[in-house]
Amino acid sequence: MSSVTGVSVTDETPDSDGRDPLPGDNASTGRLGDRLFGGAARGAGIVVVALVTLIGVFLLVQAVPSLADNHENFLTSQKWDVSDADNLGFGIARLLWVTVISSVLAMLIAVPLGVCIALFITHYAPRVLAKPAAILVDLLAAVPSIVYGLWGAIVVGQYFEPVQSFFIAALGWIPLFEDTGASAASTIAFVSVVLAIMILPIVTALSREVFAQTPTAHKEAALALGATKWEMIRTAVLPFGRPGVISAAMLGLGRALGETIAVMFIVSSLPDGAPWSWSIFNGGETFASKIANNAGEFDSPSKTGAYISAGLVLFVLTFVVNAIARIVIERRKAFTE
Amino acid sequence: MKITRIGRVSAVALVGALALSACGSDDNSTGSGDSTGSTSAGGTGAGAAGGDAGCGTKAITAEGSTAQDNAIQEAISGFESVCADQKVTYNATGSGDGIKKFIAGQVSFAGSDSALKSTDGKTEAQDAAKACGSPAWNIPMVTGPISIAYNLKGVDKLTLTPALLADIFQGKITTWNDPQIVAVNKGVTLPATPIKPFFRSDESGTTENFTKYLKGSAAAKWAAEPAKKWAGKGEGKAKTAGVASAVKGTEGGITYAEWGAAKDNKLGIAQIDNGAGAVELTGESAGKAIAAAKVDGQGNDLKLKLNYATKEAGTYPIVLVTYEIVCSKYKDAQTAKGVKAFLNHFASADAQKKIEEIGYAPLPDEIRSKVSTAINAIQ
Repeated sequence: MSSVTGVSVTDETPDSDGRDPLPGDNASTGRLGDRLFGGAARGAGIVVVALVTLIGVFLLVQAVPSLADNHENFLTSQKWDVSDADNLGFGIARLLWVTVISSVLAMLIAVPLGVCIALFITHYAPRVLAKPAAILVDLLAAVPSIVYGLWGAIVVGQYFEPVQSFFIAALGWIPLFEDTGASAASTIAFVSVVLAIMILPIVTALSREVFAQTPTAHKEAALALGATKWEMIRTAVLPFGRPGVISAAMLGLGRALGETIAVMFIVSSLPDGAPWSWSIFNGGETFASKIANNAGEFDSPSKTGAYISAGLVLFVLTFVVNAIARIVIERRKAFTE
Repeated sequence: MKITRIGRVSAVALVGALALSACGSDDNSTGSGDSTGSTSAGGTGAGAAGGDAGCGTKAITAEGSTAQDNAIQEAISGFESVCADQKVTYNATGSGDGIKKFIAGQVSFAGSDSALKSTDGKTEAQDAAKACGSPAWNIPMVTGPISIAYNLKGVDKLTLTPALLADIFQGKITTWNDPQIVAVNKGVTLPATPIKPFFRSDESGTTENFTKYLKGSAAAKWAAEPAKKWAGKGEGKAKTAGVASAVKGTEGGITYAEWGAAKDNKLGIAQIDNGAGAVELTGESAGKAIAAAKVDGQGNDLKLKLNYATKEAGTYPIVLVTYEIVCSKYKDAQTAKGVKAFLNHFASADAQKKIEEIGYAPLPDEIRSKVSTAINAIQ
C-alpha cells in the first residue's frame, strides 16, 4: 500500500467489478473560502477552454476566405505564391514535412538523453552533484530561443560539417540522407540538434520529478528480489514514470513544433520550384518560421489569410499530437501500479 | 505558516506592481508626447533646408523599411540637437508594416523601399489618400546602394556583369573559376570553389530592387518579374543580417545586401561592369545613378524611375531608393509641423553627408532641391 500521495491504491485502480474510482461525495460546507476557491478553479478552467476555442475560431475565420480562393491543393501542393490576391496558390506539403521531421528528430535525440539525465540525477548522482546538475539543466530552459538560434548559426554550425559529410558518405543512398548541396550549418538535421537542446530541460525536469516519486516499496521490492540497479530501474522506476515521460515528451514536442526564431535563423529556406527531397540535409521552412519570416510584409488580407491557414494546420497538428499522447497515457496508466 | 503565506502574497503583489508600472512608463514614452517644452525653439533650426520649418512639439512616430533604419536613426540623433523638444521615433519593421500602419493612421509617416502602389490590384495609394484625406506623397530620402557581397579567400577584387549576376543567382554558373567569370576578371586567380548564392527568405524591398536591376540590365538572362519574393535559386536566409552572416560563414558564398551590412561584416564587394568598365561602389558612384533618375510622379509626389542599364562611366547601377510616405495635408497641424521639421533636417546637406559614412549614398543636389520643395509644401 503506497501512501506517497496520500491516496491508497484501492482508491486509484478500478476494482475487479470495473467500477470507477471513488469520486467522493462532493461535499461542500458552503463556507466562503470553499465557494471562492471552487469558483476560481472553475473560472480558470473555463478561461483556458475559451482561449483555445477563440484562437481556433480566429484562425478559422481568417483562413477560410483565402482557402476558398486557393487554386492549388492546400495539403499536397509545394507551391507558395500569395503575392497576387486574385491568383492565390499555396500548399503546405513542404512545410508539414519539415516541421514534422525536424521535431521528430529532435525528440529522438532529446527524449533518451533527457531520461538518462533524469535517472542520473535521481538515482546515480551523489547528493552534492544532483542538485547543481538539476539546476543547470533547468537553466537551459531559461535561455531565449533567439540565443540558441544565433549560437547555432554562428558558433556551432561550422562544426556540424563533418557530421553531415559522414552521414552522407555512409548512408547517402537512403533518400532521407541524400546530399542536396545545402551548407551544413543550415540544414534540417542541424536545427533538430539545436531544437533537441532546447527541449532537453523540459523532458529532464518532468522526468526527474516522476522518477523521484517512484514508491520506495517498489524499488526495495525489486532489489530484494535480486535485481541489479539497472534491473531495478527497468522494472520499477521506468514503468512507474512512463506516463510522466510521455507527458514530458509531448510538452517538448509542442515546443519543437512551434519553435520559430531559432529555426528561422538556422535553416535556409528553399527557392520557389526547388525539387522535392526527403533529405534531412536540406533546407526548408517550418510553419512557424515561414509565418514569422514573412509577417513584416502582410499587406493584403488574402495573403495574411494564407499564412494563417498554415498556422491553423500547426494548431491542428499540435492538437492531434497531444490527443494521441493523452490516449497513450490513459492506456498505460492501468499497468503502472 | 500564516506569515509565509502573507509574504508570498505580497511578493506576488510586488511583482505585479513592478510589471504594471513597467508597462505604464513604457506607454508614456511612446504614446502621448506632451513634453513640457516651450514652442519657441523654432529659431535654432540650423540644419533645416527650407527655412520656414520650425520645430513642432508633438512627438512623431514613424514605421517601415529596415533598409533605411540606420540612416533614419542617425538623422533622429542629429535632429535632437536641432529640435530638442521634438521626439521622433522610427520603428523598423518592414515596408509592408509601415504602409499598413500609415493607412491605419497609427504613424505620422511611413518608410518604404518602394513607392505606394496603385496598379495590379493593389490599392495602397488610394487607401493612403483616404486615410490622409489628401493625396499621399512619396518623398525619396535615403538611397542605399545594394552591394554584391562575396566571400572568397585571396580574391580582393572581383568584377561582375549583369549577365553573370543573373546566371550566378539562377544557379547556371556554379564554380568561381567558370570561364565566363574569368573572362571579365583578367589577372585575378579564381579558385575552383563552388558558388553558394544566398537570398533573402523574407519578402524584401532589397530583393525587389535587386531583381529590378537584373531585369532592367539583363532581361535576356533574367526572366522573372521583379518582386519582393526571390525568384532565383540558392539558399534563403532571414533579413539582411542573415544573408550577410551566411556569406561570412560560407567560403564561396555570394549575396546581395545593403552596403552597410557588407562593410560591417568585412565581406568582399564586387565591382559592377554595366558595359562601360568596372565601377567600384562608392557614395559618389551610387549617387550618380540617383542623379540620372527620372521623376515619375506628379507634382510633389517624387517617385523615381532609375535607369538600371545605364552605361555612363563611373555610375554604380544597383541602388535602391527608399521613400518617406507622407500626407500632403495632415489633419493635425502640429503633426504636419513636426514631420516637416524632421524631414527638412533629414534632407539637409549635413544629414545626408552623415549617412554616407554608414553605407548610404547622399541625395544628389538636384533631387534634394525637389525634395525640399515637396517637404515645404506639406500642410
